[in-house]
Amino acid sequence: MIITLKRIFRAGWQSFSRDGGIAVATIFILVLAIFLVSTIFLSKDVSQFLIASLQEKADISVYFKEFVLEDDILKIEEKLSQVPGVKNVEYVSGEEAIKRLVEKHPQLIESVQETEGMLKLASLNVNVFEANQYQQVVNFLENSNFKDYIDKVDYYERRPVIERIFSLTSLSSKIGISLSIILIITAILVTFNTIRLAILNSIEETKIQRLVGASNWFIRGPFLVQGAISGLIAILITALIFSFICWFLSPKIEFFFAGLNLFNLFFKNFWILLLIQFATGISLGVISSFIAIRKYLRV
Amino acid sequence: MIKSQNITKIYNPQTVALANVSFEIKEGEFVSIVGRSGAGKTTLLKLILVEEKPTKGRIFFEGEELSKLKPGKLPQLRRKIGAVFQDYKLLASKTTYENVAYVLQVIGASDLEIARDVPKVLEIVGLQDRANNFPAELSAGERQRVSIARALIHRPKVILADEPTGNLDPYNALDIIKLLLKIHDMGTTLILATHNKEIVNSLGKRVITLEKGQIIRDEEKGRFIL
Repeated sequence: MIITLKRIFRAGWQSFSRDGGIAVATIFILVLAIFLVSTIFLSKDVSQFLIASLQEKADISVYFKEFVLEDDILKIEEKLSQVPGVKNVEYVSGEEAIKRLVEKHPQLIESVQETEGMLKLASLNVNVFEANQYQQVVNFLENSNFKDYIDKVDYYERRPVIERIFSLTSLSSKIGISLSIILIITAILVTFNTIRLAILNSIEETKIQRLVGASNWFIRGPFLVQGAISGLIAILITALIFSFICWFLSPKIEFFFAGLNLFNLFFKNFWILLLIQFATGISLGVISSFIAIRKYLRV
Repeated sequence: MIKSQNITKIYNPQTVALANVSFEIKEGEFVSIVGRSGAGKTTLLKLILVEEKPTKGRIFFEGEELSKLKPGKLPQLRRKIGAVFQDYKLLASKTTYENVAYVLQVIGASDLEIARDVPKVLEIVGLQDRANNFPAELSAGERQRVSIARALIHRPKVILADEPTGNLDPYNALDIIKLLLKIHDMGTTLILATHNKEIVNSLGKRVITLEKGQIIRDEEKGRFIL
């Protein structure tokens, strides 16, 4: 048994090393497939980050009348954060509101000074999980006993923008998932086809092996070993290329999307990514070989 | 050792390869099966090697009915038979040494036995210097000798040689026949399918003559008569 296994492994390695062109083609296709699966996995985190940062922009502000004390606003903040669906509530004092506006639009300094009184209103910025939950927040505020403290809620003005942002993010996640599924299926089919062609190439040899008395597994085994070796090499190549791309692109991406560090994301997910690459590489290599030999090498 | 009872092989209604063929081959015999191309010689050998199954009739190897053999048992049967083909059927991706060693690997021989026996057999067929060459690097005669080395390395009970000289010039053909006789002298049963008249007549062994799928003659110390 051990001697047979040893021979199957040796024959698999020998075929792999002698079938230069076919082995390179198989590895190339596997690298593409593993790369695709890894990219899809990592892009899930990237898109979540982008969606979250986009949704953060879709908030509503509750402005309080000038006489309302900060302590009262903080109490309202606490109550508001307990409303179902509320993701985040942030208190922004009047001074802070001016500071932020000036930072964002330095050219407005003069007009800010002119409209100082209005901008000094303190506010609470509210984020929710789903677009329709803003209405619940507004209802809560309108029916609360502190409704007299509220100067204005900008929900009705911002409603079209908020709904557009939420529908856009939901649509983009659906497109992302569908695209990922299509790409993964394509990768599997292309890999399977490449390995199938490589095995079809050996049909004549397997007939001879059968005629000299080789058992099914003595014939099939080396193909599985070959598939596994191709998978392993493809994993190594992909991991190297992927690390390099993440390292190279990370500063550039961070320049456009502050807080999104691709290299950190890669290292944070390194082991799970490696596991996915292993699962993809080995399973694609071995399972494709297994299906192809079952179909074409009836021995 | 090998017994056939009224075997018929029909590929399609227009092609009857064998019709009611019965014969018996005893252990240690050297039997030539002769006939024109398409007479059914190759089909007969394919039935013994269970590459094909008879349409009708029964064929036995050491008392075991071959058409009733389960697929899982086929490798064991084929390990008792050595086969030499007209088109050599060598593994193109393996060297001469590896082609011969493959059969020993298949039967589970140890690495030590392989290292001991393969060079010996390559010496018998005169290919010790070609051990590391691939089939594509060998001449037709050399390829056929590899095929013979592979057929005898595991000391099978019987060797089936299907037109082993078909692709060879007269000198190489004579060498191959001498080699087969040497193997037979060592005690192996040998079945030779050929349409080479001179070779058959020079052997002076049993000859079964096939014509249109039927046995028309079966003679001890026979001759090629058609």
